[in-house]
Amino acid sequence: MRVEKREDMSDTQTLEPKLTPKDFVSDQDVRWCPGCGDYSILKQVQSIMPEIGVKKEDIVFISGIGCSSRFPYYMETFGLHGIHGRAAAISSGLKTVRPELSVWMVTGDGDCLSIGGNHFIHLLRRNFDIKVLLFNNEIYGLTKGQYSPASPLGKVTKSTPMGSVDHPFNPLALALGADGTFIARSMDRDPKHLRDVLMRANKHRGTALVEIYQNCNVFNDGAFEVFTEKKTKKLETLFVEQGKPLVFGENNEKGIKLDGFKPVIVDLNANGTSANDLWIHDEKDPVKASILVRFFDSPDKPNHLPRPFGVFYTEDRFTYEDALNKQVEEASARGADLDALLRGKNTWTIN
Amino acid sequence: METLEKKGTAKETREASSVVILFAGDSGDGIQLTGSQFTNTAALLGNDISTFPNFPAEIRAPQGTLAGVSGFQLHFGSVNVYTAGDVCDVLVVMNAAALKANIKSLKEGGTIIANSDGFDPKNLELAKYAKGDNPLTNGSLEKYRVITMDVTKLTRACLEGSGMGIKEIDRSKNMFVLGFIYWMYNRDMSFTLEFLKEQFKKRPELIEANTKVLKAGYAFGDTTETPMTRYEVKKAPMEKGTYRNIMGNQATAYGLIAASQKAGLKLFYGTYPITPASDILHELSKHKNFGVKTFQAEDEIAGVTSAIGASFGGALGVTASSGPGIALKGEAIGLAVMLELPLVIINVQRGGPSTGLPTKTEQADLMQAMYGRNGECPVAIVAAQSPSDCFYSAFEACRIAVEHMIPTFLLTDGYIANGSEPWRFPKSADLKEIKPQFAKAVEGEKFLPYRRDEKLSRQWAIPGTKGLEHRIGGIEKQHETGNISYDPENHEFMVKLRQEKVDRIADYIPPQTIDNGKDKGKVLVLGWGSTYGSIKTAVREAIAEGYSVSHAHVKYLSPLPKNLGDILKSFDKVLMPEMNNGQFSKVIRDRFMIDAIGLNKIQGMPFTAEEIKKKIIELAK
Repeated sequence: MRVEKREDMSDTQTLEPKLTPKDFVSDQDVRWCPGCGDYSILKQVQSIMPEIGVKKEDIVFISGIGCSSRFPYYMETFGLHGIHGRAAAISSGLKTVRPELSVWMVTGDGDCLSIGGNHFIHLLRRNFDIKVLLFNNEIYGLTKGQYSPASPLGKVTKSTPMGSVDHPFNPLALALGADGTFIARSMDRDPKHLRDVLMRANKHRGTALVEIYQNCNVFNDGAFEVFTEKKTKKLETLFVEQGKPLVFGENNEKGIKLDGFKPVIVDLNANGTSANDLWIHDEKDPVKASILVRFFDSPDKPNHLPRPFGVFYTEDRFTYEDALNKQVEEASARGADLDALLRGKNTWTIN
Repeated sequence: METLEKKGTAKETREASSVVILFAGDSGDGIQLTGSQFTNTAALLGNDISTFPNFPAEIRAPQGTLAGVSGFQLHFGSVNVYTAGDVCDVLVVMNAAALKANIKSLKEGGTIIANSDGFDPKNLELAKYAKGDNPLTNGSLEKYRVITMDVTKLTRACLEGSGMGIKEIDRSKNMFVLGFIYWMYNRDMSFTLEFLKEQFKKRPELIEANTKVLKAGYAFGDTTETPMTRYEVKKAPMEKGTYRNIMGNQATAYGLIAASQKAGLKLFYGTYPITPASDILHELSKHKNFGVKTFQAEDEIAGVTSAIGASFGGALGVTASSGPGIALKGEAIGLAVMLELPLVIINVQRGGPSTGLPTKTEQADLMQAMYGRNGECPVAIVAAQSPSDCFYSAFEACRIAVEHMIPTFLLTDGYIANGSEPWRFPKSADLKEIKPQFAKAVEGEKFLPYRRDEKLSRQWAIPGTKGLEHRIGGIEKQHETGNISYDPENHEFMVKLRQEKVDRIADYIPPQTIDNGKDKGKVLVLGWGSTYGSIKTAVREAIAEGYSVSHAHVKYLSPLPKNLGDILKSFDKVLMPEMNNGQFSKVIRDRFMIDAIGLNKIQGMPFTAEEIKKKIIELAK
């Protein structure tokens, strides 16, 4: 812990210790498999904690069950490791009674989209001010390798020896359909991007969903490698930024243009193509967001669109806890007399 | 049989010590409203009362059918009453189906008040009477006094020229019947007149119409020339004090609010609507001025887990449901047992299994509360015995949950949840303080989240408290540190510790008392929950007839009071009436190795006092 003296403080005032990422490392041994993508995410989360402007004791990490859900044990904050799928509901209850806390929910694609799918969509529509880190590795890791609701069709796993016949979820389309107010995607292998997206999520007031592509090197190694590896990354990914045109490719030579509501890939080097015709990213535009989340084709498909990363959509909408607390405040103005409550309106007396 | 066309007999007034009236009709006839209006009026006039609403699961079952019959039974008296009554003195029926469904509840010589319009060919057919057969005219009701009146015709005549449509006019029919019953029992109508003013504040024409019909019903009694007896039911000899009428679910809600106030905690109520528990949510949501936060969750599991989240944050987390919902909450209750956080789980029991009998009562979820989770997962359990006792039991459940840092069940059931009785409500100053133990950081000392006090309860370490950052979860934990531990000896130690923690609550609850009768003798009737009134009535009568019988009613089901074993040993026989197939009796046999004799009724209906008395006499002879 470093102690910094603030310029504007007189010598008699207590010095506020400036926390470092190390202050957020708990005394528990991290038990993920060596090489797991979770390590990188943990590191980025620990690294932003001193920057988010919240006191350590006011930060809470809540999880369900699965590899990702071990996360709270490794954070030197308050933490609750819940039961499978229910982190969203546990977080909602906590946030209702303690709106001032910074609540972070850590979940995986099984925990969040399968057993916890119901709580997930209701969390989004209610818009509690909770940060949701969805570690998506498209596999069940802790139960040793069954397909998840995010696994692609045809996936061969322990429970699908002939290939999965389950049509997978598109997690961000689902979140947008549930009226989520902050929808973003990042990846374990791009720490800088992950860090930026996490900081953005932290600033959002409302449910902030960050889907993080995370490699399970034991049961689903390389699931996202076309997006994360140098060789293919530039061609297969599209990093969106507010107010900037959608461009990608080795030298940003490709762009996305909207032909009506249909996104098409254009070659910026070709004659007659101008950067001015490109789709300009506007994260406040729900229609554009609904098209963007549909950039979800398998990279094996010919002429597929690149996979977007970054903040897709944001919206300012009241949070559940604010609305409820406003009602409680309004009602409290009329006073609370327990004896009057017990007595009620109609009584009689026996002498 | 008398009809209203008969002429020329005077009316007499007799005194009655207690009367049981059963109002019955279509679920759309306003039966529950009529019943509750008469109840409140009787209560305000000083009668002791006990009620039993009995309605179908369907909101609007097909009109006129047996499936659609809704009932409201009211027992009121100048003597103390403890049940809604075994049999009825008066049966008010709005149609043929209501008569058919309830005639077996009417005692011989009882009175039937029938709306003759509900006995037309169509209604008779719907009630499955043979073609051309009408019970009002075929002589089958000779054992009873039958008063018929064409309520529909009389109501329509009363509101003729009011400008209201026929459909709307017909909705006031229940007021005519209510007015007539008020006349029959010499009741002042001011409570209902005030109620109408409040209810239809925004529609003055409906205040006027309903008032007119109510008064017409009363006047009908005065002016009709039918020979009829009026009854006077005087005030009951109640303990001195100020009373109000209270329903069970309402009392439960008040108990939770009172406990949160006495503990200085915010109340969080996470729940999913289910019959017959939803009225607790409705009631609590009206009282946000007490800082109450109600959360209508997306499902039962979110109801309980949101409450756990709230508890983790330092609020009093409560969830409620009925059996099917409690089944869904099981895993989360196990989590709360591991987290050792205060959590109150309310089960307003109904007939099971599965969807079972949603609107009928049963006590068949005791085993579920005690054992219905994976692993060795002990919790505390409190059961309410009457509508007003729901208040004290809810308060106790909160006290145990908070002071012992343990999930605590409150068991009530459909009978007492919807039933009502007079309540000599307490003063808030007379309620116990509840003392939560919040953890504080100690300089230079590592915080141990699972360090325990003499009750074996840990401290409540809530987010926002500097220096107490820690992690808890559902995985087995090491003693004191709370760190994950798979150590075999530690697991066994922790399992025994969690049981011991429940057992030690016995040091902090009152000893078991004998409710009625001597402290030793031939027969002890041992009950729990809503059978209280029926057992009390049966035992009082049996004692009066000279039998050696006593009654003990157990409120604390887990842990049991420490002196219960001694009480059981003081009687030759122990009779255990339960509205299940024998659940508490299994527990008693297991703990005390005695031959508990079961008396089991599993009909979705409460025991009659007579059923219990018969068995007492058989055993006490």
